[in-house]
Amino acid sequence: MEYFLQQFINGIALGSIYGLIALGYTMVYGIIGMINFAHGDIFMIGGFIALIAFLCLVALGVTAVPLALFLVLIIAMLITALYGWVVERVAYRPLRHSFRLAPMLSAIGMAFVLGNFVQIAQGARVKPLPPLIPGGLILIDNGGFVVQVSNVQIIVVLTTLALMVIFSLIVARTRLGRDMRACEQDRTMAALLGVDTDRVISTTFVIGAALAAVAGFMYLIYYGVIDFYIGFVAGIKAFTAAVLGGIGSLPGAMLGGLAIGLIETMWSAYFSVQYRDVAAFSILIVVLIFMPTGLLGRPEIEKV
Amino acid sequence: MSAAAQPAAAGALLSIKGLRTAYGKIIALKGIDLEVREGEIVALIGANGAGKSTLMMTIFGNPRAQSGRIVFDGEDITQIATHDIARRRIAQSPEGRRIFPRMSVLENLKMGTVAAPRSSDRDLERVLNLFPRLRERLTQRGGTLSGGEQQMLAIGRALMAHPRLLMLDEPSLGLAPLVARQIFEAIRELNRTDGVTVLLVEQNAFHALKLAHRGYVMVNGLITMTGSGHELLERPEIRAAYLEGGRH
Ligand SMILES: Nc1ncnc2c1ncn2[C@@H]1O[C@H](COP(=O)(O)OP(=O)(O)O)[C@@H](O)[C@H]1O
Ligand SMILES: [Mg+2]
Repeated sequence: MEYFLQQFINGIALGSIYGLIALGYTMVYGIIGMINFAHGDIFMIGGFIALIAFLCLVALGVTAVPLALFLVLIIAMLITALYGWVVERVAYRPLRHSFRLAPMLSAIGMAFVLGNFVQIAQGARVKPLPPLIPGGLILIDNGGFVVQVSNVQIIVVLTTLALMVIFSLIVARTRLGRDMRACEQDRTMAALLGVDTDRVISTTFVIGAALAAVAGFMYLIYYGVIDFYIGFVAGIKAFTAAVLGGIGSLPGAMLGGLAIGLIETMWSAYFSVQYRDVAAFSILIVVLIFMPTGLLGRPEIEKV
Repeated sequence: MSAAAQPAAAGALLSIKGLRTAYGKIIALKGIDLEVREGEIVALIGANGAGKSTLMMTIFGNPRAQSGRIVFDGEDITQIATHDIARRRIAQSPEGRRIFPRMSVLENLKMGTVAAPRSSDRDLERVLNLFPRLRERLTQRGGTLSGGEQQMLAIGRALMAHPRLLMLDEPSLGLAPLVARQIFEAIRELNRTDGVTVLLVEQNAFHALKLAHRGYVMVNGLITMTGSGHELLERPEIRAAYLEGGRH
């Protein structure tokens, strides 16, 4: 039981990271009906920028860990958001009125470009970061087994929760959020009403990339290592999470992220670490057979 | 009365000249001339597939005109971005209504104010007084409204921008006669009391021409006739082609 509880905590923390990445996939899909295959690499770049920013701050003598982490997070979000914006401008917008598969091919190409760019610029070796946030909360200590929530896990989960709340409020309550929903439901009509749809789409990429940067930052402080390949691995799991939750659904992305995080952790804990990725994808296939629109997705017919 | 080449009267709010639009190889508009003066209700009638909706959408630059000119209030808007055309306060209730299905009625109405940031609670009141049904359903999702209510919402949403030109594409389509009558009555009321200029597309030629100051008849991408609403109603060709059974 204690072992299960510990795995549960680990799964939630990992799932939060997947969920934040999945939000970016699902937002872009909702608004332009395209899978942004480069999004996983945007997440990876967010992690690298966080690492570089941290090393720069240390070199500059900023040693107070909370301040440094906060600055790193902001810097990573800003620069990664810029990457997201540029990717949309360069690779997707020119193809918006092209044939259906063109933006998807462009997205796959963009994923390679970003992945290889980081591989060349940073090298293929795993980059470590010294553990910055030690300690944790001991929940259960019955002599034999200790159930513990590390401080990093607390930060990961609380940050994710806070971002989810802020993000939901933006979507539900602000003019920008309403314009985003309008574009998602009927882009032509939104334009007829005066919504600058290109700008809304750009903003969607920017927000998605900023959230991915937070995920990259948290991945970095959680695992303490990063390499260019995580863009592909975590990206594909987050994409799976988005599909599992129902692509296009924002709560679905978060739920799917948590589900994938939990499945992966539990599978590694009780069966075999080698097959944990297979487990997540198998469950996805099973869910899609019985619920083709995912857990919280809506049937396509409801679209006008 | 072949009206293809009428000189544009000074002070036309909307003036369209030689407009051609194509979808790939299909030429949907083959040189349209049309104008709408301030304060007028202009009806555009024609059979299914004549190109009426294409004209409405081309005015908004979606699709873009292949050639010809669209001038609104003295400004050439032929190449302007769709959202910027809306910001000139031209509002459209398009074919199929295009209500945002997963937004509440109130949010749908608020979407109408994007093009008119100064839109006020008075505009909302005006819409809700015009269509009291919407007031009872403000929190309901757009997608759950009946056809008539959706039509009211689409017109109401267009009115929220306080438009200088209101464009309505088949507002009576699929509505019960009584509801259709309510809609036409509302259009008349808006024009009379608020002086809203209206370009109205209708297959229901009888009601449209009765309501309109002037009308245009479109056949196969061309304007074939124009005249006052009364004149057109009296013409035997129109009676034969568009009024048979259309009178209810
Ligand atoms: N999106 C489109 N793609 C291709 N052809 C279209 C499209 N929309 C309309 N058309 C064609 O253009 C012509 C005019 O259609 P439309 O403007 O909808 O007529 P109306 O509104 O008078 O019924 C028709 O032949 C129609 O098939
Ligand atoms: Mg039509």
